[in-house]
Amino acid sequence: MATTAASAILGVFTDPTEVADAIDNLRAAGFEGSAIKTYTDTPYPEGAFGDDPEHHRLYVFPFMGGLCGFSVGLLITIGTQMAYPLVTGGKPILSVPPMVHVLYEGTMLGAILFTVLGIIFESRLPNFTTAPYDPRISEGYIGLLVSRAEGRIDQAERVMRDSGAVDIVNQQPGARR
Amino acid sequence: MQERYDLASAKINNDLLRFAFNTPMWFWVAAIGLGLVFGAALVCFGLMLIFGLTLLGYTNMQMWAILITNFVFWVGISHAGVMISAILRLTQAEWRRPVTRAAEVLTVFALATAATFPLIHTGRPWRVPYWVFPYDFSRGIFPDVRSALIWDPSAIFTYLSSSAMFIYIALIPDLAVARDKATGWRRQFYGLLALGFRGTKRQWKLQIIAGILLSGLILPVFVSVHSIVSWDFAMALTPGWHSTVFPPYFVIGAVHSGVSAVATLMAILRWVFHLEDYITPDHFDALGRLLIVVVNTWLFFFMMDMYFGLAGREASEIAVWELRIFTYPFNIIFPLFVVTGYIIPMSFWLFKKVRRNIKIMFWTSIVANVGMWLERYIVIVPPVSNKRPFTFDWLPNYHIQPIELILVAGSFALVSLGVLLFAKFFPIIPMFDIKEGQVLKQEVQVGRVRVPAVIRE
Repeated sequence: MATTAASAILGVFTDPTEVADAIDNLRAAGFEGSAIKTYTDTPYPEGAFGDDPEHHRLYVFPFMGGLCGFSVGLLITIGTQMAYPLVTGGKPILSVPPMVHVLYEGTMLGAILFTVLGIIFESRLPNFTTAPYDPRISEGYIGLLVSRAEGRIDQAERVMRDSGAVDIVNQQPGARR
Repeated sequence: MQERYDLASAKINNDLLRFAFNTPMWFWVAAIGLGLVFGAALVCFGLMLIFGLTLLGYTNMQMWAILITNFVFWVGISHAGVMISAILRLTQAEWRRPVTRAAEVLTVFALATAATFPLIHTGRPWRVPYWVFPYDFSRGIFPDVRSALIWDPSAIFTYLSSSAMFIYIALIPDLAVARDKATGWRRQFYGLLALGFRGTKRQWKLQIIAGILLSGLILPVFVSVHSIVSWDFAMALTPGWHSTVFPPYFVIGAVHSGVSAVATLMAILRWVFHLEDYITPDHFDALGRLLIVVVNTWLFFFMMDMYFGLAGREASEIAVWELRIFTYPFNIIFPLFVVTGYIIPMSFWLFKKVRRNIKIMFWTSIVANVGMWLERYIVIVPPVSNKRPFTFDWLPNYHIQPIELILVAGSFALVSLGVLLFAKFFPIIPMFDIKEGQVLKQEVQVGRVRVPAVIRE
């Protein structure tokens, strides 16, 4: 989601417990849960920061991909055999057992390809956003982004500093307050 | 896993990105050396295009030999990636963390190299597009999907694409770290590939699901690929090839050579990149124990292949086994493959002290792969060397040609160069995986000792 001028602020923390406290305090201060995001350099256990669980529809993608792949496999096997009917060893033109291999590989390729696309899509990528970010997050720091905070930037900063933030990064990446 | 190191994120980033951001002199020496070997193979390939497949010593009956042996060998090596990565991810084995990406990268480059060999083997590879796509309408001929030789490219293409996509998805978080640490053109390069990844909770959740879901999807493909490669032989009526045991025999042989190759690669990575904090004797111990199970399962299927061939008491099958075991030059290669592929490695891997000795694991894994290459040779070459009635038995016997050995050496150089170049630009050990291991590790007091533990969700 793109952020506009002075609508987002990033707190930089070192301790996951402080991040969880900061999120609770921000919610208590009236900030919406959906406007609060954490940035980490490694996955933390579900619920570690006390925030709302994420819902996704990734599981639809492999099924759709499998169906598409199966269809393409059918097209290739049936289409080529009907287009160029070759009788080999007395076998029927459309013999199901040998078709199964290509159908199977097509199904799996479709499922995997769509799963990969689904992962990228559900992760909301690509997202070359201008929201605040701090490269120290890759060094083990935890970022807490508060967006949709027009007119309440100072309040968000105060809450995060009181909760233990070691630094605050405003709208412009790299600019610190 | 008894060996634990406390590693800060900054140290992990520096250690695992050091090679991507700095270029030591040895990299140029290695790259040029491998490039020269690969170049020699390209020259040999050019000679083959000019003078034809007779340069390889092939005849009407002996139409498959070293090149197809090498093809099967590299497809086998490629099974390492999925075996290690997918199965260990699904079982949440902690020791997988430094091993997965290297195994997956080995898979991709081994498979890509393997795929070049059928193309070389066509003799006129420029005709492959006409063969794959129905340009040649006038002859009314199109590849027969009922042939195992068509199932093969479908399987290999599926496995290669899936493995490549799997590597990329799991690489995204590390690309984001590289983006944050890089400057100049590297920052643009990694930034583009990272797609703006920032490590939100949603993105991490999907990364974890991706690892499990893709592992579950790729595992059946892994089983199917080498089964289909085995059907290149088993679907033929050639005595010595036409056996129902070939699919599991080939698959388990692939796992054996693949996991051995991973052990070799892990030792090289540890020594070359000084990754003693990440690749520990514990990992080699775990690989060794896995290899014991795999090599004995392989032995079972090898015995089954021999049994199926001999139990039917068909003269043609018995003739092939006589050729394999008693006739020169196979009577030298056969015992050599049994000794190198099973007896030597198995004897060493039984002992924990040996499994935890990285030098011995390195050499025994190489010996195992020498044995597995010879095993593929013994499976493939004797059946088509077998002189049967009405089969051009006046033609001279096949002998290995130097040009074939150069092509084999070139394939090793190509795979090594591919892995080296990947490691040059991307972290060969997944940084986020190592960091996750740091977050989840604990120690618990049990009586008088403190033992390592892992948090599981």
